[in-house]
Amino acid sequence: MTHVQAIVVGGGPAGLAAALRLREKGIEDILILERETLAGGILRQCIHDGFGLTRFGESLSGPEYAQRFIDRVAQEGIRCVADTTVLDISSDKTVTAVSRKRGLMQFQADAVLLTMGCRERTRGALAVPGTRPSGIYTAGVAQNYINLQNIMVGRETVIMGSGDIGLIMARRLTLEGAHVKGVYEVLPYPSGLPRNIEQCLNDYGIPLYLSHTVTEIRGRERLESVVVAQCDERFEPIAGTEEEIPCDTLILSVGLIPENELSLAAGVALDARTRGAFVDEHCQTNVPGVFAAGNVLHVHDLVDFVSLEAEQMAESAAEYLNAGSLPACCLEVKAGADIGHVIPQRISGTRDFTLSLRVRKPMRNVTLVLAQKDRTVKRVRLRKALPAEMIQLTVRKADLCEDADLEVYVE
Amino acid sequence: MKRIFTCVVCPNGCEIEAEYEGNRVLSVAGNLCPKGRDYVTQELVDPRRTIATSVRVTGGTMPLASVRLTKAIPKNRIFDAMREIGRITLEAPISIGDVVIPNLLGLGSDVIVTKNIPKA
Ligand code: SF4
Repeated sequence: MTHVQAIVVGGGPAGLAAALRLREKGIEDILILERETLAGGILRQCIHDGFGLTRFGESLSGPEYAQRFIDRVAQEGIRCVADTTVLDISSDKTVTAVSRKRGLMQFQADAVLLTMGCRERTRGALAVPGTRPSGIYTAGVAQNYINLQNIMVGRETVIMGSGDIGLIMARRLTLEGAHVKGVYEVLPYPSGLPRNIEQCLNDYGIPLYLSHTVTEIRGRERLESVVVAQCDERFEPIAGTEEEIPCDTLILSVGLIPENELSLAAGVALDARTRGAFVDEHCQTNVPGVFAAGNVLHVHDLVDFVSLEAEQMAESAAEYLNAGSLPACCLEVKAGADIGHVIPQRISGTRDFTLSLRVRKPMRNVTLVLAQKDRTVKRVRLRKALPAEMIQLTVRKADLCEDADLEVYVE
Repeated sequence: MKRIFTCVVCPNGCEIEAEYEGNRVLSVAGNLCPKGRDYVTQELVDPRRTIATSVRVTGGTMPLASVRLTKAIPKNRIFDAMREIGRITLEAPISIGDVVIPNLLGLGSDVIVTKNIPKA
């Protein structure tokens, strides 16, 4: 078994940024394990622009954004082994991986950085009734076919769900000559970012139907039509509102789920709200020396924030490697009224930190409050607060009192 | 006239309440930065967008190279631009930043490659 100081599981935007920051902090022995043939993760197929505005001050495509990190990883001589699938991570940080070229490999790591990203919810997870014809894709799979493999997925298209990738694909399909008949979202508000509603749907005259869902899938070999219906507040289809829409393609953009099978194997405890790990302000999980950041921790809407979070994680991981441990985090951060989730779930109270959170429903002109016992630590006025947009809140240590749990809520 | 614009210049996606007369912006509210006002002005006069797509590649490790525009073009020329870009086939190797079409359709925007593709 080979000893490695730090293993980074996944060479997407989070993994690449983490490895670079580890190196900057003086960690020499780093190994990135990547399942695909090339590093870059999902960015490889995200050819639209808008990446890097925060980080680089310019609007890059996904592949360009990724390449900047890939080039630096290469310059730094950080080992990135591609075509390698991690099979298991144990709680003592033994990492088992396999590749066609090298066969089975085992590493003993001092620190493991989890950066596996997320995956898409599928039709199976939604249980849409009907037949099982071809022509049904998740948005990310359609994006992979069109942008990487030059395979056009269909002509007459319906999109179920208004997640950002679905919106991006509505525009992409339209540009490629397909007809996108509409986007059907079960919630009474869009799941994707407002700017994507504007530039991917409105710009191309693609209608968005809120409080609507697909209730049936029809077709034998190939998809022939879907039935859509209006939904009530409990997301139940309303009888009599059904409408059959002829189409050959259905794109699903109904949510992303952090990919945590390996984390579970390592004994990492998951938060039912984020479906990612419980972490402290160091991005450390309940397993000492195992860290998580990026979409494997909680689904982000901007890659710039994935990179940032991964870098913060790497700084803590470097501190852990150099010092042997990190300051204990005993104060809990609770998600209160109208807050969907908050990361990290635990803090030390002895340092400045940043909370990342999402609200449960769209709201206007509200105040976000961070409180400790009955004391207000911080208040922020928000013109709009949308579930689609991650909110970040930086908190100074000076504003905290010693030892009481925290709660963040909307007033 | 009053209308709400969603600024697409950055991910903040500000909702801007604008009052205007013809092409003249009288007031804006809700934008987090001055670019929001410029955006509304541009939207009224001549809305512009960038696009990203792919071109075929021969002799490379991948069949497609992603490309994008260096500057936004008028919205109503997007499909003309797609047609023009669709004519292109590149030969590997190609690198990020390679100019595929300079000054696309005379619109002052270049089409550049956004992916490195080595020879197969
Ligand atoms: S107004 Fe400024 S901050 Fe708001 S979306 Fe536009 S560019 Fe971004």
